[in-house]
Amino acid sequence: MSVPQVITDARTTDESGNRILRYTLAERVNHWIAGLSYIYCLITGLAFWSPYMFWLADLVGGGATARFWHPWMGLIFAASTFWMYRLWRKDMSITDADRAWWKAVKHYIRNEDEDLPPIGRFNYGQKLFFWVMLYGTVLLLLSGLVLWFPQPISWNFRWLRYLAVALHVAAALLTIGAFIIHVYMGTAMVRGGFTSIIRGEVSADWAKLHHRLWYEQVTKRRFEGK
Amino acid sequence: MSQGTLEVKRISGHPGPVPGAGVKREEQVCKLIDTTTCIGCKACEVACLEWNGYQFKETVFNNSYQTMPETDWNYWNLIKFNEHEREDGSLMLLMRKDQCMHCAEPGCLVACPADGAIVQYANGIVDFQQDHCIGCGYCMTGCPFNIPRFNPSTRKVFKCTLCSDRVSEGLEPACIKACPTGCLHFGTKEDMKGLAEARAQQLREQSGFEKAGVYDPAGVGGTGVIYVLHDTTNPEAYGGLPKDPHVPWVVRLWKGPAKWVGNLAMFFGVVGVTLHYLRYGPKQVVSWKDKKREPQ
Repeated sequence: MSVPQVITDARTTDESGNRILRYTLAERVNHWIAGLSYIYCLITGLAFWSPYMFWLADLVGGGATARFWHPWMGLIFAASTFWMYRLWRKDMSITDADRAWWKAVKHYIRNEDEDLPPIGRFNYGQKLFFWVMLYGTVLLLLSGLVLWFPQPISWNFRWLRYLAVALHVAAALLTIGAFIIHVYMGTAMVRGGFTSIIRGEVSADWAKLHHRLWYEQVTKRRFEGK
Repeated sequence: MSQGTLEVKRISGHPGPVPGAGVKREEQVCKLIDTTTCIGCKACEVACLEWNGYQFKETVFNNSYQTMPETDWNYWNLIKFNEHEREDGSLMLLMRKDQCMHCAEPGCLVACPADGAIVQYANGIVDFQQDHCIGCGYCMTGCPFNIPRFNPSTRKVFKCTLCSDRVSEGLEPACIKACPTGCLHFGTKEDMKGLAEARAQQLREQSGFEKAGVYDPAGVGGTGVIYVLHDTTNPEAYGGLPKDPHVPWVVRLWKGPAKWVGNLAMFFGVVGVTLHYLRYGPKQVVSWKDKKREPQ
């Protein structure tokens, strides 16, 4: 895991102070492989889910093409999610600071961020999203493999197909709910978040407001000469 | 029978109503298979291949007369041979022609997500339209009879069409035409039921098969292919004919209530975040020195 550091480059410094590297290049590349492959699976999966959304398959070359690529894109999504687990596993463990923050989450929802206890690199909601997606991906991968190759499964084990269908749908809906909230918060709600996952940087003020413990940890490291 | 009987009654994966469904009185067609007069000659297997233009496949020897263990994407009609020991210890060789049952309530069609890939004609024939098939294999999960088969080279699924092309021209299916013993019959569902019941009664009263009866399972709304069996209480003995077939409840849940619960959940998810934005707006970060109050 790479260590976040303060960038003192004049190019990335603004009048409100230093800009801080929040996501390394590897983390950003990983996030967008996961994000784009998930969106592909979402669009094609919704096409298979409901006749009223089957037209979505036309966006990516028609139903048969969508059926061909959906499982491969799913494999890419699963691989990137497991890579993400390697990158963020330590940062995503839930701490006492998170539990205190979660108790006061109503202030977060109402944008009263000054009333929230300080937290580290990720907040409880981000961590919850991470773990929901990780476990959701495991379920989607296992059930998806069965749905990918239904014929080799012997008729005596057809209950496996039924189980796979139910699991795939349940896990997909769970991740879609999480995904809706994630995209809303990352783009519209938390300003600066979307830029940070693209260019990697946030302003010092942003870091102070949203992730103060992480900010202090990172800046301290800087002032102590690292 | 004319092209009129091939009016479409139901369409898989189709948003909205089926054009023209239910406006005319239609005769249901039916194939009757009398397993008690089948001699296992396999003329029906050959006729099926010939009419549908498939090559003869290599057979698989499995210690029986059966051509291969299961039907295949290019082998839709297979007589299943089963040695069956009766209660008195004597042996019977049960022979049952296996193919698509053309259910009134077709699990394949219910499960299929592709618009128009599976149609049920007004005359009861359930037919796959490979042009619209996306090769997902959901039909294989929906079918209670283990019938749809995947062709890996074209990535499409195939099965018996009940010779819908022949039936639409007023001909009987190819297997019926080839049968030398008259164990296969084709006609309206009503006529075939009558014939089957009469034969079953004859078996019960004159041939000593007290449990003889007609297999027309109600769990799938009845089928467009019905059997006369020596023992209707034990259809499994005829190469795995299910006793009480029905569309799997998971498939019903998936294509029924789960769909609406899921759609509503997704809809209200999007509505919810939109309302949040309208009520609270974005989190803006303002420089600390511009704020009157320092954060805790």
